[in-house]
Amino acid sequence: MADRERRMTPPFGGVFVPSARVMNRDDMRRAIRRMAHEIIEKNQGLDEILLVGLQTGGVELAQNLARELEEIEGRAVDSGCLDVALHRDDIGLRPVVPEAVTNLPDQIDGKIVVLVDDVLFTGRTIRAALDAICHFGRPRSIQLAVMVDRGHRELPIRPDYVGKNLPTRIDELVDVTEEGVDLGVMRK
Amino acid sequence: MSIDIEIPPMFNKHLLGIEGMTREQLELILELTDRFAEIGKRPIPKVPALRGRTVASVFFEDSTRTRLSFESAARRLSADTLTFSAGSSSLSKGESLRDTVEVISSYGADVLIVRHNMAGTPKRVSEWTQASVVNAGDGCHEHPTQALLDCYTLKQQRGSLDGMSIGIVGDIRHSRVARSNVLAFTSLGAKVTLIAPQTLLPDFMENWPVDVSNVFDDVIADLDACYLLRMQSERQSKGLVPSLREYAKDFGLNARRSLFLRKDALILHPGPTNQGVEITAEVTTDERSIILDQVTNGVSLRMAVLFMLLSPHESTQMDEVK
Repeated sequence: MADRERRMTPPFGGVFVPSARVMNRDDMRRAIRRMAHEIIEKNQGLDEILLVGLQTGGVELAQNLARELEEIEGRAVDSGCLDVALHRDDIGLRPVVPEAVTNLPDQIDGKIVVLVDDVLFTGRTIRAALDAICHFGRPRSIQLAVMVDRGHRELPIRPDYVGKNLPTRIDELVDVTEEGVDLGVMRK
Repeated sequence: MSIDIEIPPMFNKHLLGIEGMTREQLELILELTDRFAEIGKRPIPKVPALRGRTVASVFFEDSTRTRLSFESAARRLSADTLTFSAGSSSLSKGESLRDTVEVISSYGADVLIVRHNMAGTPKRVSEWTQASVVNAGDGCHEHPTQALLDCYTLKQQRGSLDGMSIGIVGDIRHSRVARSNVLAFTSLGAKVTLIAPQTLLPDFMENWPVDVSNVFDDVIADLDACYLLRMQSERQSKGLVPSLREYAKDFGLNARRSLFLRKDALILHPGPTNQGVEITAEVTTDERSIILDQVTNGVSLRMAVLFMLLSPHESTQMDEVK
């Protein structure tokens, strides 16, 4: 989560207090490599694949995945980023931050869009992302890759590629940084 | 679980003027405008952000760009729009301003975009309604969204207004655009020079952090941006300038005078232009002119304003923490 988004996300002014490190740098690197292989296997290559990182947590992960895919297949993969703040059903609870830009290729018709996010929780971000993507065109299919699936879904949405399944309490928070994945709570 | 949260006041409930806004607030709006400009470039330039909200434009004075750009901004955010125009309303039957405002509010308007020829009307209206009020021009007082979009357009060209030298030329006395722009430009770090004959300068400007010049040709070469105001020909009966022709000769930006303007300077005008008075046709299409950018940016900027006014600003209940 970008620092500015964290500062503006309710409860405001809260501090993330980690209680356990769930994945370290190496765990994440291995998970990304495995997900990259799964993406190639499922889609029989990288033809028509478009990686879309969701602002702000998914963008760096999407870049790492793109690098990994390029290394495996020896060719570059299309990627972009998407901010879904204006498509959410809970506008106001999540901030619209200026640096969370949307940047997609002009043409997404017929592509296989792989949405990439750091944490999958209620599924509402993904619902908003599905809406937003459909405003840009008509992809052949949309898939979902997340680093952590923490459960507590409120919508019928499931990921295609998961770094780690992590059972959590609903009041806990999962923080994904380049250092690793932490489980913790938000304190005032 | 449920938590009471305080949302920091990023923005006030109303946008009545640039006066009273902090530099941080101005900068936040300008930054957010980039995001809304991107939406305008999408194949379907519409997001559901303000679904179910109603934006009413309440115009007691004529307008093309302000009203249309507010309405297209509202529609791009999926808000519904109501339009009131003085000409075709019950005003002619003697309906009072307060009645009009109360009627429109009771139709569920969340934002009123108000333009009136009396200074202070939007402020008064804000006391009569639960809705947010945006000043879209009140008499000779302020026109904040015009100033914001001018700042955005300059920032788009130059990255920042810090240290820029901006000349505002023309009928400053009657111009709400000038008043808002003096406050906005200086707040964002620009140096402002007012350029006008003494009769077209306001009586009270001791507190304004600006330079003043009565001779355009003296200062034109120093300007990074030249902001021309519309010569309000409806006020010319007061005899403030001898004639429009004489005004055009001394203060109009024509092809000859524009040679003295630096090659990298910018030319702005809030529109509508009086061609041949404050600006000539060839200067309007000069490559230094960013008048069309101003018009385009109007929609994006007003989207940002509507969005910020309608995102919650009071204590909110929430049920979810990610």
